[in-house]
Amino acid sequence: MSTGTTKLDVVVADIVTVNDMVKRFHFRRRDGGLLPTFSGGAHVVVEMQDGDTPRLNPYSLMSSPLDTREYTISVRRDDAGRGGSLFLHQRVEPGQAMVISYPVNLFSLDLRAKKHLMLAGGIGITPFLAQTAQLSAEGGAFELHYSVRTAALASYGGELQSRYGRRVSLYHDDRGEQIPLDRLLAAQPLGTHLYICGPSGMIDWVRGRAAALGWPAEAVHYEHFSAPQPGLPFTVTLAASGKTIRVGEQQSLLEAMEQAGVDPPYLCRGGVCGQCETDVVSCEGTFLHNDHWLSEDEHRAGRKIMPCVSRFEGNSLVLDR
Amino acid sequence: MGITFRQETFRDDFSFANSPEHIRRFPFPFHEDSYMYAVNIEPHVAGPKGSVLEHPIDVDEHYVSEMQDRALVLAEDPLRCQSLPHMTLAGWDLLELLMTAKAESYPEHFSLTRDGDRWHWVNRPLGIDDRFTFGDVATLPYGPMEYITRQSQGDFCLLDQRDGNLWMDAGIVTTQADWSLDFDIGMNFFEWHAPVPLAHEKGIFTRALKFLLNVQQGRPARRLNWTMTINPRLDTSPENYHKWGPDRTTVTPENVGHKVHLRVELQSFWRLPRSNGLVFPIRCYLISMDELVTSRKWARRLHRVIRDLPDEIAAYKGLTRYRATLIEWLSAHDDGAPTSPGFGPD
Amino acid sequence: MPPQSIISRPVYGMLSPQPGREHLFVADAQGAEAILDMAAAAPDGFFAGAQIVYIPRDADPSLAERLKALSPAMFYEGPSVAAAMPRLRQTLATARMGLRVYLAGTEGLIGQAMQAALEAGIDHSSIQTEHRGSLARRVQCVHCKGITEDVTTQPVTCAHCGLLLFVRDHYSRRIAAFQGVCINAEDPSEIPPAEEAFR
Repeated sequence: MSTGTTKLDVVVADIVTVNDMVKRFHFRRRDGGLLPTFSGGAHVVVEMQDGDTPRLNPYSLMSSPLDTREYTISVRRDDAGRGGSLFLHQRVEPGQAMVISYPVNLFSLDLRAKKHLMLAGGIGITPFLAQTAQLSAEGGAFELHYSVRTAALASYGGELQSRYGRRVSLYHDDRGEQIPLDRLLAAQPLGTHLYICGPSGMIDWVRGRAAALGWPAEAVHYEHFSAPQPGLPFTVTLAASGKTIRVGEQQSLLEAMEQAGVDPPYLCRGGVCGQCETDVVSCEGTFLHNDHWLSEDEHRAGRKIMPCVSRFEGNSLVLDR
Repeated sequence: MGITFRQETFRDDFSFANSPEHIRRFPFPFHEDSYMYAVNIEPHVAGPKGSVLEHPIDVDEHYVSEMQDRALVLAEDPLRCQSLPHMTLAGWDLLELLMTAKAESYPEHFSLTRDGDRWHWVNRPLGIDDRFTFGDVATLPYGPMEYITRQSQGDFCLLDQRDGNLWMDAGIVTTQADWSLDFDIGMNFFEWHAPVPLAHEKGIFTRALKFLLNVQQGRPARRLNWTMTINPRLDTSPENYHKWGPDRTTVTPENVGHKVHLRVELQSFWRLPRSNGLVFPIRCYLISMDELVTSRKWARRLHRVIRDLPDEIAAYKGLTRYRATLIEWLSAHDDGAPTSPGFGPD
Repeated sequence: MPPQSIISRPVYGMLSPQPGREHLFVADAQGAEAILDMAAAAPDGFFAGAQIVYIPRDADPSLAERLKALSPAMFYEGPSVAAAMPRLRQTLATARMGLRVYLAGTEGLIGQAMQAALEAGIDHSSIQTEHRGSLARRVQCVHCKGITEDVTTQPVTCAHCGLLLFVRDHYSRRIAAFQGVCINAEDPSEIPPAEEAFR
């Protein structure tokens, strides 16, 4: 039996411009019913038909899990990306029918925690919006530290501070402010869990300091979705289905397979969940591994690839799909 | 027309029995004439009308009496129902799942009215009519898990998912096949299955865990497990082993038919939305040998399965003491004719 | 550890210095030797941020002296595990993230100190353990729930309800005990002889 998610038919109920870079999208069920309940940290995969190109991008749910009349996501425009965020910013309008996946949570709170210490960078704030709403309703202890480029780009910074007061701290790059990481990490009671969502440089920095200061890995959680990177086109033979396909510059290998009618299972489409792991039958060339699922040894061995984010350059590649 | 609930016992005089319709709907667990552990997990989708799989949460004619037996067990030993502190949210998830499933499948017996977080629950077979605030433990007579599972057949394990594993951090277990919730609570998937022979070596649990970690909301899964029990006793707990264990010495060729029972567990696996945990309902179905052999196919097949079972598995399932007597008795119902593939009776 | 054992049977390693701001050692009897062996490999100044809780039992008194000579920030010598538990719990209740826990000695000591650490919110897999000395077991009777300490025989009579128990390898971190199940439940007239199994 394969795993995967069920789809939801939704309509775009509202689109709100949050600032120069970020828009918020509100989804409601087309049949007017309630959406499924979810847990803070969950994401949905949003399906888009961009001309001939289907795009499926994961976005964290930021609305309160206590209110399932609608789901909201916030999307930062990525002018250099493959076009998913541009499509949402420029082509989607209120009233439009869309399809999203059921919520999946790969960035769950550890409910054993005596306290939750959350560190956000930029648009990485979105899962924490849902998690803080969930925790404050349950009386859970948390502290949120949010690093932004400028006050104008501090999406939801003001709302969070007015909702939670001193439990939320903002740090502005343009004012030279930085999260006082070592001091924070040294001041937490035993049983605290740490959560990080932001650019990979920030995740690496926080994980590194936490490990050095004696935080066990079990207490450190991070959201590390990679967006699939564009790259040189390449050709792949799918041995099990007897097809040879071309992966375009702006397309992921997974998307190219789907376009050819081959459907590997997926949950995250961001190199984290492990569902689409695919065996390599033979290859002559170099893998560009971009996932966080396979180990470094597995990356070197070149016997597996995660088609949602990883690419290939070389003469020939045959996969067991 | 609703279910006619039987008044019967699972202890002392053991008046439990299946009606003819319930014998036919029994979830016979062997699809071929032999048995070995396998990752026999499949999607928990609706089965044929009248079968135990017709509804996502099955309620049958034994419901009221099973709930009375559960109350007796809990009064004797409250440690059969435990929840570590971080599992309360998962308890509310379970309450929602069971109430909505029951009210949808059996509207003549159960109803649920929701007005925001103000809920009204009516359970007619058990004479319960409660209004409470969803999420507020103080508005229920028990914690959410205990409240709803005192009204639901089968054992329930609530699992926390973290660090790539599943942790048995809450549950109610009063109809178990010989494992102790009190001892196993807090263990991970591999640890609580540790005593099961052979299956670890075959990689069964590694594959099963990988699957279960990815069970998604709205897409439950299920599997069948089985053992045998002497007398239709639900509470075959290790806690009371010294009380029911001697039953195993009482099997004679004359009483096999009504004493020996096949015990089938329908285990299902559900993602819980608020807690991101999982719940495993473990529903127990009992059938006496006399009842079972009314299906010729089941009689032939069970004989062959028990006869050819590896000794380790027979010992783990506690069959050793009466296995020979049982095989002898079943052989009289096996004419050697071939059996058709699949689970159903002929 | 017997090779045919099961997955829930605890596996112990060797203590090694972990990154951290503070280090809490709990040991009994020969467990002191595990700390001393680790100290030989620890970086300079490691024990300046360390606390040692030690229960000598019947071990050579020089072991306690050698632990003291490591000059930890705090050294406590207690008469029994039970006597040491309240102060251990207090230390854990006021500790901050960055505290690392090291347990060495008998299975009973490791199990009970780990139980306290789990309650304080430390994940078990981040705790360093090393077994030294006796293999005597703490056993929980599954029937009456009483715990029998220092069990060395198989089977063993429950110190609380008197049932004759088979000691399984199945172990609960939460209870800090192995499971004991009545060995002659089906036929109480069968009384297998007790043999020394856990020294």
